This record gives sequence, C-alpha cells and structure tokens, in this order.
Amino acid sequence: MRKIFIKELTRLNKKKKNIYLVVNDLGYNVVEPFSNNYPKRFLNAGVSEQNMMGMSAGIASEQSHTFVYSIANFSTFRCAEQIRNDIDYHNLPVTIVSVGSGLGYGNLGYSHHALQDYALMRSFPNMLIFSPGNNNELINSLDYIIKNPQPSYLRLDKDEIPQGGDEKKTLVRPGKLLQIIKGSKTNAIIITGKTQEIAKNMIKGKYKNYSLYSLPAWGMKTKKIFFDSVKKFTNIVTVEDHFLDGGFGSWVNEALINYKNNILVKNKYISAKCIYDVGSKDYLLKKYGPK
Amino acid sequence: MKKKFNSIIKNIRSNILNLTFKAKSSHIGSCLSIVEILVALYSGVLKKKDRFILSKGHAALALYSILYEKKFISLKTLKSFGSNGTILMNHVSSKVNGVEFSTGSLGHGLPLAVGKAIKFKTNNQSNKVFVLMSDGEINEGTTWESLLFASHHKLDNLNIIIDYNKIQSMDFVKKVMNIEPLKSKFQSFGCNVYSINGHSVDEIINFLKKKSLNKPKVLIANTIKGKGVSFMENNNLWHYKNPNQVELSRALKEIEKKYA
Repeated sequence: MRKIFIKELTRLNKKKKNIYLVVNDLGYNVVEPFSNNYPKRFLNAGVSEQNMMGMSAGIASEQSHTFVYSIANFSTFRCAEQIRNDIDYHNLPVTIVSVGSGLGYGNLGYSHHALQDYALMRSFPNMLIFSPGNNNELINSLDYIIKNPQPSYLRLDKDEIPQGGDEKKTLVRPGKLLQIIKGSKTNAIIITGKTQEIAKNMIKGKYKNYSLYSLPAWGMKTKKIFFDSVKKFTNIVTVEDHFLDGGFGSWVNEALINYKNNILVKNKYISAKCIYDVGSKDYLLKKYGPK
Repeated sequence: MKKKFNSIIKNIRSNILNLTFKAKSSHIGSCLSIVEILVALYSGVLKKKDRFILSKGHAALALYSILYEKKFISLKTLKSFGSNGTILMNHVSSKVNGVEFSTGSLGHGLPLAVGKAIKFKTNNQSNKVFVLMSDGEINEGTTWESLLFASHHKLDNLNIIIDYNKIQSMDFVKKVMNIEPLKSKFQSFGCNVYSINGHSVDEIINFLKKKSLNKPKVLIANTIKGKGVSFMENNNLWHYKNPNQVELSRALKEIEKKYA
C-alpha cells in the first residue's frame, strides 16, 4: 500500500502545494516519486524520531500539512510525547503514516511488529485513526485527510494490494461503516485495516451469513457516530491485527458500553503475549492471529 | 543615570514576584533569570513575521509579564494567573495572545523551532525563529538531534538562546550533569556560538542581531538564577518555593531600589 500512498500524495501535492513529507531515514525505493518531484519538501530527518516529530509539528504550524512516514513503533512510541504535546494538543495537521501494520514485518521481529500502536494513538483526543483495508479505502482516506487537516494516524499494510476493494461505494468518514459483504441484517463482522481475508474465512466457517463491514476511520471522538451505525445489530464480531488491550475491539466495546443496547460482542485479536519467534506474516498470523 | 530598560525590567520582576506569591506557584528563579533576554527580544529584535518559542515553559510568568508590558494581554488577564479557570497555565500556553507555542515538557521547543526554520527556508521566506532554552534542556537528547539537523540544513534563520544560570532543578548543573565545555560542544555541532552577559539588554540585542551565515546561531547567555533579589540569587530553593509576605516585601524593595 505504501507505493499507492506515495503516488497519491504526490498527485495531491500538485494541487495543494503545501505538503511536506518527512522520513526517518527509510523509504528507499518507495518515496522517490514525491522526493524527486518536490525535493525541497521532502526531508530525511535522519535516525532521530523525537526531533522528526517535533519538527513536523513546527512545519505544520506554518500553514503546511506534514506527512511523517515510518515504521509504526518508530513514529509512535519513540516520540509519543511529541505527538501528545506538540501535535495533538495544538491540533496541528500532521499525518503520521506507519507502514507494516500488525505482523507485516514478520521476519524482522517484535521490534518491527505494530501490535500496540492503536493503543497509543487512540489515547489522543484530537487524533483520527485511518486504517484502510484496501487501495480504495486508502485513496479515499487520504482525500478526507487532505480536505480535513488535523492530527491523524494512517496505518498501512506493507504489501502492495493489486485490487481496489470489494465494497460497492467507498466513502471514508469517521465512525462510518463501509459494507463489504451483504449478509445478515443483525449479525456483522466489523474490521479495521487489512484483515478482510481473515474475516472472509470466518464467514466461510463459523460465522455463516454474517455481513462484513469495514471501519477505516475512527478515534476518541467518533464513538457516538459509530454506535448509531451499529445499534441495528444484535451480534458483532470485531477483527484486528493488534492486541485487544487498547486496540480496535476494545474501542468498539467502549463505544457500546456507554449506550443502552443488547448487542453481543466477540473480539478477535492478536494473542496477548510478546512474540519471540519469527516467520512470514501468514505463519505468524496463523500462530498468533485472530482465532 | 537611569538605564534605558530599567523601568520595564522593574515592572516584569515585580509582577513575577507578586503573582508567584499570589498564586503560590513556583519557578521564580527561572523566571527572574530570563527577564533581560525577553526585554531584548521584545525591544526591536522580534519583527512581526518572526517566531519566538519559550522552550523552558516553566518560566511562563516571565513571558506573560512581558506580553502584558507589550500590550498583548490585559492586566486583568495577567492577574488571572493562578486563579481557577485561567488560561495562564504555569507552563506557557499558546491560548494566551502572543504565545507561539505551548511548552512545559523540556526538550520540545528546539525541534519545533527547527521545523519552523526549515519551513521558512525551503519556502524562501525571510522569517527568523528564536528559541529560549534552559541549561537543563542540554541534557535532553532532542537538543542534539535538532542541532544535527539544523546544522546540516544550514538553518541560519534559527537563533538559539541558552539561559545558562547554571542551576537545574535539583542542584548546580555541574553537579547534576556536567555540560561543559558547552561552547565547543555547540561549535562542534556546526553552530556559530557566542558566550554573552545574559543580563545586559544591549549586549543581547547586539548579538541577536548579528548575522550568522549558513549556520544556526547559539547565544550562551550567562545569567543568575533568581537575578535581582539577593536572597534568591544562585539558590535552587527558589526553583520550588514561593515567597511569604515578609520575603515578598523584602524582594520588592530590592527590585525597586535596584531598577529605580
């Protein structure tokens, strides 16, 4: 998804002309369409994430939109306080783009696995999380982000996805569900990010006739909108490539618990443990992924 | 002969003392050490298009006081310091008119300033960026990350002022974490560095206006923590303590006499 992201960002900057792309010495053979076209607005901050994030806030505070592109843990946990105080508190248009969602960087090990990033990013009041599951959702998310500049987190799958998406109409809006598979009116699987394949297999098995919905945009302030779009259901299953604690499933649980309803929820998530072995993404997902 | 800036310096120091007393707040020593630096910045150095970031956000009251003197905020707003519901936090807040950025956690101001400076530079804008840091912030990793970047990108629109009062939170800097030789550290990171008297407004203005071609500029402003009040000077008790009525009266008298 990263190449599509860079292609779209480059295209959007032709019109906007106020976009900066900042990286922490990564993105080789990915970022070039942007950096070659806009060399002055592409900055390699070096391997120094705290300065990178503070600096990105500084750039954004001067009528610009900064996109910070990195691998999840480096641009979140390593510089968490810069995100909290400099970006979120000042409500600045900085979009933190992480590549390698979930177990995407399987063989690189736990340092590169993104299993807690939602937990951090959804703790900031002004932050919107975008976790597109396919290229259509990504392109539409970017469109929304550019038109509605604010602190945001865009979480991308490492692999390029050939197809656009299965959903009939992609219109990404915070807290709004996108239907991918039409099925039961009362039972739904709700996913975020690149977890469609897992959910589709579930529908083939234990969760026959369940509808499948994607929620690509969510955050602390969108729980009520989300609740209003799911209150018609009686059974919900959430699926994510992240730990449950602080994750998407927990966010759904929190959204539901605050309003009167009789919805039964089940959460599917990455096993609650540090991962000490490696393997391909598929291997790790089979071993530690949503069951 | 009456010195040119005595009146504003007296007003600011008096307001710092009175409001710290009223609010029962802290960081009085950190506020008193930067008064002349702020007076220099706001007396002809900062142009409308320039940016100033107070990275040592705990000295908020000093900034609020000069913003009052320069008519950014009203006396009523200034006096709300310490009251319930005020926007005048004890760590500087950008919700206050004239404040560029909220700080409070150390080591955030310089990266932010670097971001503004690179934006202006890459966009061919002539705006200058000024950032005032504490000597405690020299301990922060971000300081050195930012200097690497600023120097690499030849950010000569970036002006860094270090309030070198030589006392950090718990003790003297040299006892907590020796930062010397400070001047050559900054020089080795590719900056133009000047060590100056941080209580001489004229000298600060002079060096702030100096051109720095292709390199960020660092002013090591040698200051005295608690400057202006004899029993507060060079004593880190006044990083925390607020004065009682007797101490306040004594301090105000000293200020009145010194900057008459």
